Amino acid sequence: MTMVLLIEQILNGLQLGVMLFLMSAGLTLVFGVMGLINLAHGSLYMVGAFACAAVATATGSFFLGLLASLAAAAAAGAIVEMTVIRRLYARDHLDQVLATFALILVFSEGTRWMFGSFPLFLDVPDLLSGPISLPGGIQYPLYRLAIIVVGLCVAAGLFWLIAKTRLGIRIRAGESDRDMIAALGVDISRLYTIVFALGAALAGLAGALVGAIQSVQVGMGEPVLILAFVVIVIGGIGSIKGALIGALLVGLTDTLGRALLPTVFGYFMDPINATTVGASLASMLIYILMAGVLLWRPSGLFKVA
Amino acid sequence: MKKFGTLAASAALLMAGAAAAEDVKVGMITTLSGGGAGLGIDVRDGFMLAIEQSGVDNIEVIIEDDQRKPELAVQLADRMIQSERVDVMTGIIWSNLAMAVVPSATAQGVVYLSPNAGPSALAGRGCHENYYNVAWQNDNLHEAAGAHANGSGYTNSFILAPNYPAGHDALSGYKRYYEGETAGEIYTQLGQTDYAAEIAQIRASGADSVYFFLPGGMGIAFLKQLADSGVDLPVVGPAFSFDQGILQAVGDAALGVHNTSQWSPDLDNAANADFTASFEAEYGRRPSLYASQGFDTANLLLSAIAAADVNDADAFRTALEAADFDSVRGDFEFGPNHHPIQDIYVREVIQDGDIFTNRIIGTALTDRADAYAAECQM
Repeated sequence: MTMVLLIEQILNGLQLGVMLFLMSAGLTLVFGVMGLINLAHGSLYMVGAFACAAVATATGSFFLGLLASLAAAAAAGAIVEMTVIRRLYARDHLDQVLATFALILVFSEGTRWMFGSFPLFLDVPDLLSGPISLPGGIQYPLYRLAIIVVGLCVAAGLFWLIAKTRLGIRIRAGESDRDMIAALGVDISRLYTIVFALGAALAGLAGALVGAIQSVQVGMGEPVLILAFVVIVIGGIGSIKGALIGALLVGLTDTLGRALLPTVFGYFMDPINATTVGASLASMLIYILMAGVLLWRPSGLFKVA
Repeated sequence: MKKFGTLAASAALLMAGAAAAEDVKVGMITTLSGGGAGLGIDVRDGFMLAIEQSGVDNIEVIIEDDQRKPELAVQLADRMIQSERVDVMTGIIWSNLAMAVVPSATAQGVVYLSPNAGPSALAGRGCHENYYNVAWQNDNLHEAAGAHANGSGYTNSFILAPNYPAGHDALSGYKRYYEGETAGEIYTQLGQTDYAAEIAQIRASGADSVYFFLPGGMGIAFLKQLADSGVDLPVVGPAFSFDQGILQAVGDAALGVHNTSQWSPDLDNAANADFTASFEAEYGRRPSLYASQGFDTANLLLSAIAAADVNDADAFRTALEAADFDSVRGDFEFGPNHHPIQDIYVREVIQDGDIFTNRIIGTALTDRADAYAAECQM
């Protein structure tokens, strides 16, 4: 494997990681602050992608589509929080899993009812389409670089929000002691709605960004949701820093595993078995990583105290 | 056909007690939700269109959604066979689901008509007198693509497919006819949506063409990402990544791509002209190859029901083997292992007004059976 290819694969891993971070940031915040397992997070990702595709097709502007995805996912998140999720905080995790699984079905069938069963068209905007040349003769799609930049900016923004703003202080306080901050006069239910809508908006943004290079279809959120859960378990539930590190780890492990393992097995197996075995092992790699991390740190890399 | 239906219905009325036995119960297990839903919906709609057009009213079709999950498909099949007592089953899209359901269903005496999946294991040693594939053996369209790659002068193809039975069949089918070198060979995950790692390898491999089998949403993602990556290589694929359901979502990235199929909307025969017009009139969209396969499957079933009693297993099988129906593909007959012998065409993606669709530009293989028929002992 040449250096150029390796660097390209590392960029691909970063891009996947950054996208996973957008998904898992909301998931980990919601779990950390409200103690809620939200399986419907993948549906908010789908809502973002569909909103972006619909608005981009109607107006011809991808960037308006992105705004629409943020707005639609945040609105869907806020509505769901106020009508359904709010009733679940006091229940145990099994009830939460059941109810949010039902939400997945409601969102999926609702989307199918509105948009039909066939994938929607959403393309990369002309401004960001095509490859660019990086130093060292690397050709890399501009759009994927843009995703990396957007993701890192969002990460920086979130760290600032959590560390420096009043809202961030409340979120951190909510993570450590829910009852106490309610007793101190913070409107806890409004805080919960805001946190949930914020997480939803990030998931919607991820869906819209990725929708342009993948297919916008019903059920697109669930595979990503599973990866996002792996990320927050690795990173430590409730920690934004853990989500970022975990997401990058998972992204890099998955991409490099897919790229390298078949080649590695090729050294001591015949090519056909090497590709099959390599591909199978590559698809297990992130779960092996998760098991390894959990053996070493049972509550994840950056468990919030 | 219509006449027979009325006759059967009145006969059923006369023999009130035996009425239930006259009905043919069909169990359809197909993918109606999740990522692969477009395929199952097309098969179902094509199938039901043929049933509706026939006017036969003694067929009861029970439709269930497998969500592309093998374990769910097995549960549904058990229920259909044991409590619903279906005579005929059909509908499964994915080869891994077919492998989980078909062998046990056919062993229990149920006739299975495959409208899509055609895994090699069921065409060779695992063939069964109750199993009929109306679509193709999995390798077929890939073999045709291999033949087409030779004809186009490609000598160094990069090939990739998902890591599941049909993916393995795909690449071995392609290599059976393709005479050049392979620049690389990759198995991806089923349902994978990001192909950046694979595209980077394609770019680095020095290939002169790309052959890929990625049905449904996987193909949309791959084609969009390939187009955006600046890897400017000719692409060949089977029709599964260029079917009517997904072309609109791929857009310009697919324009001009050659793909191989046993069916095309512009195939020139009366049955096909009727089918494409009536499908669009009924459902408000153009049919895909999956819809054509569902339509043919139902017409095969109708032809067999008209010729023989479903309870007389031997006579019913003979009637199915005769394949006495007007296929939208034109000529259609079964080989000794109950898989089709048919022509496979090369199509090109074109834009017809606002709609992306396919037209035939040549024939890749004529009267192609499959590579496994000789291993089948029925």
